[in-house]
Amino acid sequence: MPKSFKQTPSQTVGPFFAYGLTPRQYGYNFGEIASSQLTKSDTKGERISIIGKLYDGTGTPMANAVIEIWQADSEGNYAPLYTKDKFFGYGRVGTGTDPENRFVIETIKPGRVDDQQAPHIALIIMSRGIMQHVYTRLYFSDEAEANAKDPVLNALPAERKTTLIAERKQNEDRTEYHFDIYMQGENETVFLEF
Amino acid sequence: MKFKSRDRSSHPPYILPPYKSSLTRGPKTEPIIVPQSLTELTGPAYDESIVGELDHDLTRNGQTNGEPIGERLIITGRILDENGDAAANTLVEIWQANAAGRYVHTNDQHDAPLDPNFLGAGRALTDDEGWYKFTTIRPGAYPWGNHYNAWRPTHIHFSLLGPNIMTRLITQMYFEGDPLIPFDPIFAGSPAGAKDRLVAKFSLELTEPGFALAYRFDIVLRGPEATPFEA
Ligand SMILES: [Fe+3]
Repeated sequence: MPKSFKQTPSQTVGPFFAYGLTPRQYGYNFGEIASSQLTKSDTKGERISIIGKLYDGTGTPMANAVIEIWQADSEGNYAPLYTKDKFFGYGRVGTGTDPENRFVIETIKPGRVDDQQAPHIALIIMSRGIMQHVYTRLYFSDEAEANAKDPVLNALPAERKTTLIAERKQNEDRTEYHFDIYMQGENETVFLEF
Repeated sequence: MKFKSRDRSSHPPYILPPYKSSLTRGPKTEPIIVPQSLTELTGPAYDESIVGELDHDLTRNGQTNGEPIGERLIITGRILDENGDAAANTLVEIWQANAAGRYVHTNDQHDAPLDPNFLGAGRALTDDEGWYKFTTIRPGAYPWGNHYNAWRPTHIHFSLLGPNIMTRLITQMYFEGDPLIPFDPIFAGSPAGAKDRLVAKFSLELTEPGFALAYRFDIVLRGPEATPFEA
């Protein structure tokens, strides 16, 4: 008799994920597999900081969420396997250790992964109150020409495209991209399914 | 290659009124479906080098001056995809409350004792047949503020990576026979036919005699669409 294999239901990450998913960041004595610091001293590419807040439907920055990113290296290649010495484009940050509940990720600007898509970073968002993690993407405000031809951005209603574009700002010698995420409301971020 | 989509008949909705915090945190607009590109068909992959010797053993990885208090358990199972194929080399991360129902977390205000010898976090990598195995302590139930006299059933939180970012899964494992299960709005939010997949089954066969009882919890991740034959 054939057995059926159906997806295991998703459940919320809950409020107490810190020592399971991001222990170092929150000061627990347990190693972590990914952090908010993706660059190493010899990482090639333009160093950037991604800074933002995640807002709930009441306009309050969420203090107990986890944001994960997945991105290519500066040449547009995704790492096939984690190795200690090479750039690995997977990051994880909880929003509970910053006094303003911001997330700050230190990484590099990714290259183009194919000749259609503009440079982008994939995001996964989890939190207490979110029963299934949501996916979105971050694009770069200084890539207007590439963004205009990007197939994902072009699949979105025109007025909502801007929710996926991070604003570039030069802060002394640091290049920042500001990217706020809204779970609900007038400016609700576009969430993606594949 | 293309992966099957998240199956709506298997997952809870974003807005789940009995679970209060979903009302302001779940998106209210439908997600937009876009094609799967290299970005989605790849994802973070790890090998054994990421897993420390005691990472899978929660009865030992948090010890400071002795054994943790509570009933030792083996939690084991297979990670498969929708085609029944094993998800090998999948990173499984878990976290849970201690035997008294208390998390090692500054925000956990529950008036139950911490255990100086129990952290409650672990990780393991699945083998070629998709098996993972943890040794832990049976977690306690704990109260929470969702509604009057709300208690979470005993559960263990699971995080899985799988072969790409589309197979990412965050879930919770419940224990067969727990009388609190029918009262839990988070558990109850999953579709009727899917809920049973969140419940680990007691297994006498997997028990380690003289050491620990065992529960089996298999997990099914999104899988690739069947590929048509190529000439
Ligand atoms: Fe919990």
